[in-house]
Amino acid sequence: MPDLLLELRSEEIPARMQRKAAGDLKKLVTDGLVDAGLTYEAAREYWTPRRLTLDVRGVTARSADIREERKGPRTDAPEKAIAGFLRGAGLESIEHATVKSDPKKGDFYVAVIEKPGRPAEDIVADIMPGIIRDFPWPKSMRWGEASARPGSLRWVRPLQSIVCTFGPETEEPVVVEFEIGALKSGNVTYGHRFHAPGPITVRRFDDYAEQLEKARVVLDADRRREIILSDARNLAFAQGFELVEDDALADEVSGLVEWPVILMGEFEEDFLSIPPEVVRLTIKENQKCFVLRPQGRPGELTNRFIITANIEASDGGKEIAHGNGKVVRARLADALHFWKTDQADLPDLDTLSASAASLGLDLAKPLDQRMAKLDALNVTFHAKLGTQGQRIGRIRNLARQLAPVVGCDVQTADRAVLLAKADLTTEAVGEFPELQGTMGRKYALLQGEPAEVAAAIEEHYKPQGPSDDVPSSPVSVTVALADKLDTLNGFWSIDEKPTGSKDPYALRRAALGVIRLVLENEIRLPLSGFGVSEDLLAFFHDRLKVYLRDKGARHDLIDAVISPDEDDLLIVCKRVEALAELLESDDGKNLLAGTKRAANILVAEEKKKTHIAHDVDAALLTEPAEKSLSDAIDKAEVSAAAAVGNEDFAGAMRALGSLRQPVDTFFDDVLVNAEDDAVRANRLALLRRIRAATETVADFSRING
Amino acid sequence: MTSSARAEASSLHPSRSFQGLILALHNYWAEYGCVILQPYDMEVGAGTFHPATTLRSLGPRPWNAAYVQPSRRPTDGRYGENPNRLQHYYQYQVLLKPSPPNLQELYLGSLEAIGIDPLLHDLRFVEDDWESPTLGAWGLGWECWCDGMEVSQFTYFQQVCGIECSPVSGELTYGLERLAMYVQGVDNVYDLNFNGGADNDRVTYGEVFLQAEQEYSRYNFEFANTQTLLRHFDDAEAECRALLEQGAAGLDPAQAHKCVLPAYDQCIKASHVFNLLDARGVISVTERQSYILRVRNLSKMCGEAFLRTEAGGFSADAA
Repeated sequence: MPDLLLELRSEEIPARMQRKAAGDLKKLVTDGLVDAGLTYEAAREYWTPRRLTLDVRGVTARSADIREERKGPRTDAPEKAIAGFLRGAGLESIEHATVKSDPKKGDFYVAVIEKPGRPAEDIVADIMPGIIRDFPWPKSMRWGEASARPGSLRWVRPLQSIVCTFGPETEEPVVVEFEIGALKSGNVTYGHRFHAPGPITVRRFDDYAEQLEKARVVLDADRRREIILSDARNLAFAQGFELVEDDALADEVSGLVEWPVILMGEFEEDFLSIPPEVVRLTIKENQKCFVLRPQGRPGELTNRFIITANIEASDGGKEIAHGNGKVVRARLADALHFWKTDQADLPDLDTLSASAASLGLDLAKPLDQRMAKLDALNVTFHAKLGTQGQRIGRIRNLARQLAPVVGCDVQTADRAVLLAKADLTTEAVGEFPELQGTMGRKYALLQGEPAEVAAAIEEHYKPQGPSDDVPSSPVSVTVALADKLDTLNGFWSIDEKPTGSKDPYALRRAALGVIRLVLENEIRLPLSGFGVSEDLLAFFHDRLKVYLRDKGARHDLIDAVISPDEDDLLIVCKRVEALAELLESDDGKNLLAGTKRAANILVAEEKKKTHIAHDVDAALLTEPAEKSLSDAIDKAEVSAAAAVGNEDFAGAMRALGSLRQPVDTFFDDVLVNAEDDAVRANRLALLRRIRAATETVADFSRING
Repeated sequence: MTSSARAEASSLHPSRSFQGLILALHNYWAEYGCVILQPYDMEVGAGTFHPATTLRSLGPRPWNAAYVQPSRRPTDGRYGENPNRLQHYYQYQVLLKPSPPNLQELYLGSLEAIGIDPLLHDLRFVEDDWESPTLGAWGLGWECWCDGMEVSQFTYFQQVCGIECSPVSGELTYGLERLAMYVQGVDNVYDLNFNGGADNDRVTYGEVFLQAEQEYSRYNFEFANTQTLLRHFDDAEAECRALLEQGAAGLDPAQAHKCVLPAYDQCIKASHVFNLLDARGVISVTERQSYILRVRNLSKMCGEAFLRTEAGGFSADAA
């Protein structure tokens, strides 16, 4: 069976777009083949900075012939009906239709429509121009002379050539010919930009990949990545270092080169006085290079780094390493400057005294100065939510309220809040926003803040998602809760809630953060007392359901225990746990069945407007089973309520579990639908009491099964 | 001595002198067929502001030009104390319209012309989407790296003055000081050999520009009269609008616009005054956006008016 080779060669494609684009190409082409009635055995996509390649194996050589019979009207049908039939079947005149007879219907027309299959080359040539024209690049552009005309081709960067060949292994493949603008498909590509500038004629995927490799192009991105990582590890190891692994960087770098060559660069040891995170980010973000650490010493760095070049340089890479070293040095000099500047006094201290006084900041300390500056700059946090300074004020109030609940010293928490956002005005965070918090902690320790205050500055941003660590130190927890609750309360108050996939202020993450902080630290936090509105509480309930469901809890159990005004998330969680445990037991399962049965009967009778007594009248209880059920409910209700009052949900569940036997016996022995109206009304009232008793712990009607 | 060794020993070799680097680029692009222009005689933030780029990239007419443009970024002033940062520096600017199909090869050829061997140095095209909010312009392209250092910007203009480019131009911008530091192997910009002379005949970049960097840093950050500047901004804005209006006065659709270039000068002026005000720190975050918008509006109007001139492809009989 024939194979299809496709290569779209362009000027350098941004690294971050390559993988998805190659995947899109595979999907679009294979979908197109299948839609046209072809099949294929396998397809694999490849990419480099300069090409997207698709290798489709075992394509059917032509699509199948299609023969379709279409039934028409009777031969004596009105002319209009016959004309409609001709149009629909695409026949010129009625002579082209055949006549068939049916003993019941009589004579009628039949159109035989035959569509011959098409060669796969024609199909490919047909679908390719559309696929290329409508390719889903996140951002595309026009270029060259053609861009003066409307509707000219758009691509991520100028598209330079198209290879498209097709044929079985046993024969010489043919070029599938098509045109897009000035580009014609062919069988010629080019190798490495500098090492192999000449044209390469290709036949099929195997010789294509082989010739590219000779022309210094490693087609497979995963292989490039492997080469980069293993060469980097080896080069590091040989010198007594260890590569600081970085998956995202490895991915990016393998999208920046066609022929990876690993080299080592160097900078002055003095720069190691800069925090390692800053050194790593400086070298990674600006230079796309890896950093190294001494073997077996995590947390430290060496003054070497790993460069991934795209050429085998004629001098063995000396110039390249030297040049990169120069740039890294200049960047680190900037970073060192930031690090030192951030520890020194600000030049405009006299303009900060008002802010310092109002916030209670000590202008002798660098981080306090930065906080005063953040306030004095009047930087807007959000147009409707005021400045960063005002925001800190709100977080402070919340933290003061939260501290006793979390169990932390109010003064310590207050100091932590005050410094929590100060690093936003440092030079280091200005350069690397992802270091917010991390830098604040370092600067706080340097100016002698207590360790827990410094930790809170870093940790109050946590948890950042479902898998991030949750802080446990009371100061960190207090500030983290205050920060997130302020954000949520604020955006809710101006009606900026997440909708569908849009959540620009990451409010879902903030709510999940509050939930995880509260549950994982077992904090009883009545949210309504901390500015959380009814609507926001409902949002918390939704997020809690998502969270608990992800943890494996049953969705219906959450619904069964949550009431709209329940603002203590820990309680909800405990109830769910206790309920789940009860339902695991035989008692629980049968009780659930019995309660459901009672509820179903009640619903049916309520619908029929059957009379149901308001209260159970003991005098009307005649059967032993109904008497003992009534007694059991009396007892269970009291002890369940008491247990709930003590937040002993397991106890409450046990109390309810004791109802199982009497409920079962009741349904076995007693006929609810008694002939006597009063007895029936009384027994229905008893059923209501079963339902009411269980409602002290959960709404059993919401539980499945 | 071989001829290439003799060339390298010449005081005008790009690896020996700053002016040699400029001349090598001039020769290269002149041979390609570019109009070699002189710098625009106004203060601009980047070579893109030169009307030979901004305005000439609009409309259908082919246009190939290359020139050096002194560029002023008042906030980058460091009183001459930073080895890499200057408030006044040179950009080498090339604009090819429409962008030729081999623009990347042409660019790499220009690097070889100034002595950068692509089999010795690691040359890369790294994603960089370019945008100029004040010019209402954007394009896609790359930062060009040489051994990890950004030496040029390479952009396919998609929109300029808020107008779709038709056809698209290719713009190359070389940071001359950086490039010179690279080919001369110098770590401090002020140590660059400017004229290629040896010993007593050597003139450094510092001798030419250090004093200016110090004085302009003072001016940019401390001395510039902000009240005057604010007035200048308003004046330039008003003058730009007035000129565009007068140039179009009584204009029936069949006639060309009569006063675009002088109006565009006022737009450039407003843009530079805004940069100065920004350096003096008198523009708040919120005001900043509105100033940018005001300049963009001017550039947009100038671009639209330019399309109604001969150079913009307007012909009286066609209209």
